Amino acid sequence: MPFWMNAIGGYTELATRIVVMGLAAMSLNFLLGFTGVLSFGHAAYFGLGAYGAAMAIKYLGVGSIPAILLGVVVATIAAMIIGALIVKLRGVYFAMVTIAFGQVFYFIAFRWNAVTGGDDGLTGWHRLPINFGFAEFDIYQNDRAFYYFALVIFAICVGAMALLLNSPFGRSLIAIRENERRARFLGVPIEFHVWLSFVISCLFVSAAGALYALLNNFTDPRALRVDLSGNLVIMAVLGGMRSFWGPLVGAAIFVALQDYVSSQTQNWMSVIGLVFVLVVRFFPRGVLGMLRGARA
Amino acid sequence: MTLLRVDGASKRFGSLVAIDNVSLIVEPGELRAIIGPNGAGKTTFFNLISGLFAPTTGSIQFEGEDITARAPDERVRRGMARTFQITEIFPDLSVADNIRVGVEAAAGHRLRPWLAGEARAAVANRVAELLRLGGLADKASVRAGALSHGDQRATEIMMSLALKPRLLMLDEPTAGMGDQETYDIARLIRRLHQQERLTIMLIEHDMRVVFNLADRIMVLAEGRVLAEGAPQEIADSERVQAAYLGKAAA
Repeated sequence: MPFWMNAIGGYTELATRIVVMGLAAMSLNFLLGFTGVLSFGHAAYFGLGAYGAAMAIKYLGVGSIPAILLGVVVATIAAMIIGALIVKLRGVYFAMVTIAFGQVFYFIAFRWNAVTGGDDGLTGWHRLPINFGFAEFDIYQNDRAFYYFALVIFAICVGAMALLLNSPFGRSLIAIRENERRARFLGVPIEFHVWLSFVISCLFVSAAGALYALLNNFTDPRALRVDLSGNLVIMAVLGGMRSFWGPLVGAAIFVALQDYVSSQTQNWMSVIGLVFVLVVRFFPRGVLGMLRGARA
Repeated sequence: MTLLRVDGASKRFGSLVAIDNVSLIVEPGELRAIIGPNGAGKTTFFNLISGLFAPTTGSIQFEGEDITARAPDERVRRGMARTFQITEIFPDLSVADNIRVGVEAAAGHRLRPWLAGEARAAVANRVAELLRLGGLADKASVRAGALSHGDQRATEIMMSLALKPRLLMLDEPTAGMGDQETYDIARLIRRLHQQERLTIMLIEHDMRVVFNLADRIMVLAEGRVLAEGAPQEIADSERVQAAYLGKAAA
């Protein structure tokens, strides 16, 4: 068990789930918090990553890493096409259309029994140990090994996002968030930059989705559904969408609460809802924003 | 070569004719002021030139090329920069980062995922230079949204200058400013015009600023050109006095 999980009385799989959902929420926040564009359809790309990886293992028999890459490629191509169609929309219109496109993938996965397993989900496969030739890293049997595997992918993705946000490109995205008109009149082609930010955000969220499928050795249409999109937004806002690490904190709170409360009551969503309302009401900059504010 | 040429531009919003058949030629190095009573269409005219709206009829040429159908950001990349009547900055970024976005855009870095040492240093130098020029050096790390009104105006002008424009369009740069701030901005504009030979278009209500700075003045009223000429001709024109200056002086 990872050492920090001992402290809160969790177990390895919970730690992995926090890392994976943290990556998903941070990826969404690349678009939401640092470009100022709200997507309510990121589950579509999370789910495409999940199904892409799962189907690659089940039908193509590839290893875990190529499966993740395949899931990411499929989701990213979908994001490039859909992004190009919706990038002229702003605000609530953009959010609505992302929901609509997201649900398209949900219904495909739900209906296409023969290929996706339909409502029952895609079973009959599991993640494969990683063979380096000289040594094997058994992420299948060993939960802890998979945790570290997920952590490495998390680190690569988060590192790449941090690099991008600290670059001239990242500054142009933050400029769009701050004042779209000013950014345009500094010569930034807004639509292209928003499109690129959307695609990058979807790329990383699909990596999280692929990891999520591997974590569960299973995926089902809920990985694509709009309520997951909403949960990702809640995680980002809960933790603090103006800070880079905020969504990770939000995801940790969300996933841990879900785990503990759902073992006590069916109505775990009410508890999360209450926490969310209280945080948004009293700490609009999120939990991390609140902690930073207290320290300053 | 003529820098900017507007031919018979009109703009209608429904039944309102905001700009009615206005033509204009701006030569390189000129400082052109546009004056007129409130609602004369001055800002709308700027919006047509900078591409915020397309004209209903007429055409706009910049450095000999027709840009009537070009997007605003493309016009910026061709060398046009503007400020707005109501300050448009990035409130949550530091003053230095506000300017840095412009510097990086002008240097063609806007898609770069990283900057190597030399390019990075060049950007930092240029940002520092602009901060000094705008009298903002001691406020470099202040959140732009927390600045005084005058400093926000100066920040916006510096962001536009960061683009190294060939045409700088200033929409009421001294609006809402006290005497000292107005004087500082006017001195800055004069310096840009006389030392850097920058071509400037200026919408301004403060007549001291206009008559001190402008090479030529265009007077708009109700969307039409009322008069155009050197400052002395405009000051002497009875039509202009009747329509505008008389009222302003009273």
